[in-house]
Amino acid sequence: MSALSELPPKPVVGDTVPHEAAVEHVTGSALYTDDLVGRMRDLLHAYPVSAPHAHARVTRLDTAPAYDVPGVVRVLTADDVPGVNDSNINHDEPLFPDEVMFYGHPVCWVLGETLEAARLGAAAVEVDYEALPALVTIPEAIAAGSFQGRAPTVSRGDVEAGMAAATRVFSGTWEASGQEQFYLETQASIAYVDESGQIFIHSSTQNPSETQEIAAHVLDLTASEVTVQCLRMGGGFGGKETQANGYAAIAALGATLTGRPVRVRLSRNQDLQFTGKRPDFLSTWEAGFDDDGHLLALKVELTADGGWSMDLCQPVLSRALCHIDNAYWIPNIQAHGRIAKTNRTSHTAFRGFGGPQGMLLTENIMGVVAPQLGLTGEELRRRNFYRSADQTTPYGQRVRQIERMHQIWDQVLADSDFAGRQREIEEFNATHEDVKRAIAATPVKFGISFNKSSMNQGGALVLVYKDGSVLVNHGGTEMGQGLHTKMLQVAATALGLPLAKVRLAPTRTDKVPNTSATSASTGADLNGGAVKHACDQIRDRLAVVAGGMLGVPPADVRFAEGTAYGLNSDRDPIAWDELVHIAYLQRIQLHAAGYYRTEGLEWNEETYKGSPFKYFSYGAAVSEVEVDGFTGAYRTRRVDVVHDVGDSLSPLIDLGQIEGAFVQGAGWLTLEDQRWDASDGPARGRFSTQGASTYKLPSFSEMPEVFNVRMFENATEEGAIYGSKAVGEPPLMLPISVREALRKAAAAFGPAGISVHLASPATPEAVYWAIEDARSRTPEAPAAQAVPAVAERQRVPSGV
Amino acid sequence: MTDQSSALDVTVNGQSHAFTEAAHTNLLDWLRSEGLTGAKEGCAEGECGACSVLVARPDGNGGTQWTAVNACLPPAAAFAGQEIVTSEGLGTPESLHPVQQEMAVRGGSQCGYCTPGFVCSMAAEYYRPDRTACDHGDSEHGENGFDLHSLSGNLCRCTGYRPIRDAAYALGDVAEGDELAARRAQPAPEAVPTAYTADGRQFVRPATLTEALTVLRDRPDAVPVAGCTDWGVDVNIKSTRADLVIGLDRLPELRTFEETDDYVELGAALTLSEIEQRLDGRIPLLAKLFPQFASRLIRNGATIGGNLGTGSPIGDTPPALLALDADLVLTGLDGSRVVPLSDYFTGYRQTVRAPGELIQSVRIPLPLSGITAFHKIAKRRFDDISSVAVGYAFDVAGGVVRKARIGLGGVAATPLRATAVEAALEGQPWTAETVRAAAALLQQEGTPMDDHRASSKYRRAMLGTSLRKIFAETASQEGDVA
Repeated sequence: MSALSELPPKPVVGDTVPHEAAVEHVTGSALYTDDLVGRMRDLLHAYPVSAPHAHARVTRLDTAPAYDVPGVVRVLTADDVPGVNDSNINHDEPLFPDEVMFYGHPVCWVLGETLEAARLGAAAVEVDYEALPALVTIPEAIAAGSFQGRAPTVSRGDVEAGMAAATRVFSGTWEASGQEQFYLETQASIAYVDESGQIFIHSSTQNPSETQEIAAHVLDLTASEVTVQCLRMGGGFGGKETQANGYAAIAALGATLTGRPVRVRLSRNQDLQFTGKRPDFLSTWEAGFDDDGHLLALKVELTADGGWSMDLCQPVLSRALCHIDNAYWIPNIQAHGRIAKTNRTSHTAFRGFGGPQGMLLTENIMGVVAPQLGLTGEELRRRNFYRSADQTTPYGQRVRQIERMHQIWDQVLADSDFAGRQREIEEFNATHEDVKRAIAATPVKFGISFNKSSMNQGGALVLVYKDGSVLVNHGGTEMGQGLHTKMLQVAATALGLPLAKVRLAPTRTDKVPNTSATSASTGADLNGGAVKHACDQIRDRLAVVAGGMLGVPPADVRFAEGTAYGLNSDRDPIAWDELVHIAYLQRIQLHAAGYYRTEGLEWNEETYKGSPFKYFSYGAAVSEVEVDGFTGAYRTRRVDVVHDVGDSLSPLIDLGQIEGAFVQGAGWLTLEDQRWDASDGPARGRFSTQGASTYKLPSFSEMPEVFNVRMFENATEEGAIYGSKAVGEPPLMLPISVREALRKAAAAFGPAGISVHLASPATPEAVYWAIEDARSRTPEAPAAQAVPAVAERQRVPSGV
Repeated sequence: MTDQSSALDVTVNGQSHAFTEAAHTNLLDWLRSEGLTGAKEGCAEGECGACSVLVARPDGNGGTQWTAVNACLPPAAAFAGQEIVTSEGLGTPESLHPVQQEMAVRGGSQCGYCTPGFVCSMAAEYYRPDRTACDHGDSEHGENGFDLHSLSGNLCRCTGYRPIRDAAYALGDVAEGDELAARRAQPAPEAVPTAYTADGRQFVRPATLTEALTVLRDRPDAVPVAGCTDWGVDVNIKSTRADLVIGLDRLPELRTFEETDDYVELGAALTLSEIEQRLDGRIPLLAKLFPQFASRLIRNGATIGGNLGTGSPIGDTPPALLALDADLVLTGLDGSRVVPLSDYFTGYRQTVRAPGELIQSVRIPLPLSGITAFHKIAKRRFDDISSVAVGYAFDVAGGVVRKARIGLGGVAATPLRATAVEAALEGQPWTAETVRAAAALLQQEGTPMDDHRASSKYRRAMLGTSLRKIFAETASQEGDVA
């Protein structure tokens, strides 16, 4: 048991408590960035001038007409930037571009007394464009040789020899559609020059430190002159990891130029048009199996759509390459990745960060080839699971705790009565011509830590006031994932206090500097380690004071439920408030900065080898669907999940993360159908599903009708805070089971044993075409019929 | 402001608030400018429900029904004299409303941004007078009588909905002494005739139909609105501004509900929710339509007249009303005329309604056909826009189709009757063979297009399969109306 995972007596972590702001949420009193507008005097509203081209050069920009619009105060252009005209740390995203790189790209911003005035001012700005050819799909980019960033390869073994040894080789092309984050709160910032002359920025950002860095470099200020605060976010999901920065910089620039608070808030349509999404992946693959269904060799090429600039697509691609294996031992593998450069929004992080795209590729292969190997999808998957930690991942990391994958798989199949229900479904399908059901199980293995080792650090500042009250600051941001709730529980546990005794302050860069983005599921691990470190320092100092009073050595002082007591001491416990007061009088420091870095990580960006992850999170899901043969419409009848969160820091929060990720992932896989105008018309390159009316999120109708979630038990993770594991991203991939169930249900409309291709997302229309495909097969020779986009060549084993 | 008319008075959370903003300002933006920032803008087009608030509306029996609406769509000026309750007014952190309590303790909020809207929609259902406990719920109803469809217009990106459903299903009966419950016994506020002007733009709520028609005659540029579920989107998304907007939604002459031996007549300004409630299943085809029509939040605002007035090819009432052989009563200052709905649509968002005319009511002739269905093809089961919608009304007697009516939406520039298919079915035996032949014909109807909702190929396929589906579902029924 490590010091990090060891629990003190009567810990507060593990208690089921509501979200720390639940009461504020439900009463409408929880404040988000844009709720502060009414609190600012003389606030100005910003509105963008948006380019009606996917790719164009700005040949003339005349802002003068805007100043004729009543209420327009200022137009911001590149000429106003005192520092670097850039909104990204890669220095490839001009804040005010002279080359329009995607449809809707803001070329300048108008500040007005009202939003209406700013909008009318933006409409009055005159811009001439020279339209340039635009690439708006991955195949167009490939054809044009348009790529950006590095093109890494993960490889192990001899993939050609593996293919040669395989008796069954399948190949195909696979496109995984992207996904819009659709945080309910759009991008928002308010900036002003505060009473001390520094720039103060309220931003809905997952990465306050980077928002600070970008605003500072745009304004030619030092980081110490800019403070960024994130009260809370109305959802982030990766979409505010980098994408908030430019809007904060616009607000900050406007504030410095006008001396007035400036608000930037995107409308939903602007947000959908301007901000990056989960990148689409277009992949080609070849997979070789032996006669027993063992995957011997996998060769893939992944092409991610980076959009017009890099943003986070390099690490997104790394994570995809590091998750192609999912839970499977692949002795011979060659996975090559590259990033297309297109005239679309600059794609970015979205929960799972490439992991889902990598994993989906392999799960799709499993689903499509299983019937052709004469196996169920579940049996094929089970046969290919990693068997021991010595079967390392393709990038060379030991697969620690792999036994959990096997236990979870067995448990979820048993809990869901998979075999019994499979029989019931077969009976149901035999008697129902127009509606079919199916059940499927899929596994998840997901690596936790940022691939980039330097990001795996966190900070905290814990203040104990002499009245005994405690204020926790840490570097993580709250976007609904319950991080603040967990940090309060960690602090209360470390200090031996009741939860109500500990308060948490909004995330600010002047309290905790140089923080990493709250992303990659690492928020609780990194900040929890830092909060505990700060609390431990304070507690150890208090233990000296208390030890003196209790007549025991400091090491024998324990803190629990708001008191300090001595082991084997007959003296009365000391109340926390009293102890703190005495410590103050004894001139004991009552605050501490905490710091944590994840140990044991190594990653070589050149060779794509190493052990980038602290640990793996495991899970599995069983999903049952019912599909209407007339329309392709479906319902998710039941879902069973077993998921590994270590020892949960906060069970209600973790349950919410698992369920929420599941439905969000199901949205990606079945419903959320983003479309770009790829025509040659005037709107070429436009994101055509740019509203809630055309981009459909899951609603109540996509909630599984029966939803059983269990957390894997006896799951202490020794290398993480209080034995817990990260939970934000891994469950997002559990609903691949829904997709696989839909594939099976569609196939059930055809003769037995066939395999059907299912597009992603598996919308009712996509499912309908899969059903039509199934119905078109002949019972005599199902395998002889080519599955669209999946080809198989039979090999004669060498030596025969 | 040069020609500002006097402030309008709106009661919010029991307190009087003065409205003095631009005439197009929607209710949400105004509430937020008044410091009530609980309600949020998530989409500005009535799709996400983060802006949901409660309005005191007539319950049809002399009392009040707390009705949840999207605050992002209607202009605030339309609420002069009205009573509104927001999440802040339901309860406070010190004293939570039962709905807030259940949402808070069950993990019903994560990021919390959608939560105030959910709370308001849930509170409306909590206070629904005919919500009664039943022995066992189903996948869309709780044992406490809670109808999950009441939350169909609220989106949550975080929770996956299960804890929100559980919070809703855990609600008990309304407690004694609950002030909002007691308020229901009193009449809802009357609509206040309004003529509000700011910066040269006006919102007018006339007192009578004649007054409304007079304004329309004098000001051909006037935009008539009711629930604003279409107009509000134009204002928010397309930044459309009108010099004069006329609110029709509370005109008594447009809010009639009449049942005779020959027809059921629905006032054009009745909301879809009001019609649903008053018909109570008496027109089965409409009963099948309503749960599929947008969301409860939208149906609480949208009127039947508005859905026909826009002339949209993808409105969901036209296919159903075409199948029901409905007529429209169009009224101008010169009088009224009755137009069959099948003659009403003339082109993309074009109709025979003359300038200066309004839809006064919709007449549905009786008796009704015995076999009816409404098939809506969309990506999402709750709250989506149709790719294709088909309304069916068939009379089958002695195994023979005596009468067939088929209304189509989403396959052409206007809603259509599939008259050729109707003719091919009438007089034929109601058999799989007849249906197969008719389905092939139905697939040729209209000119469906490719767009982000569906491909034209899929739309065509769905026309055919929908007829086969209704046959599969009803083959055993005779459907005589005797």
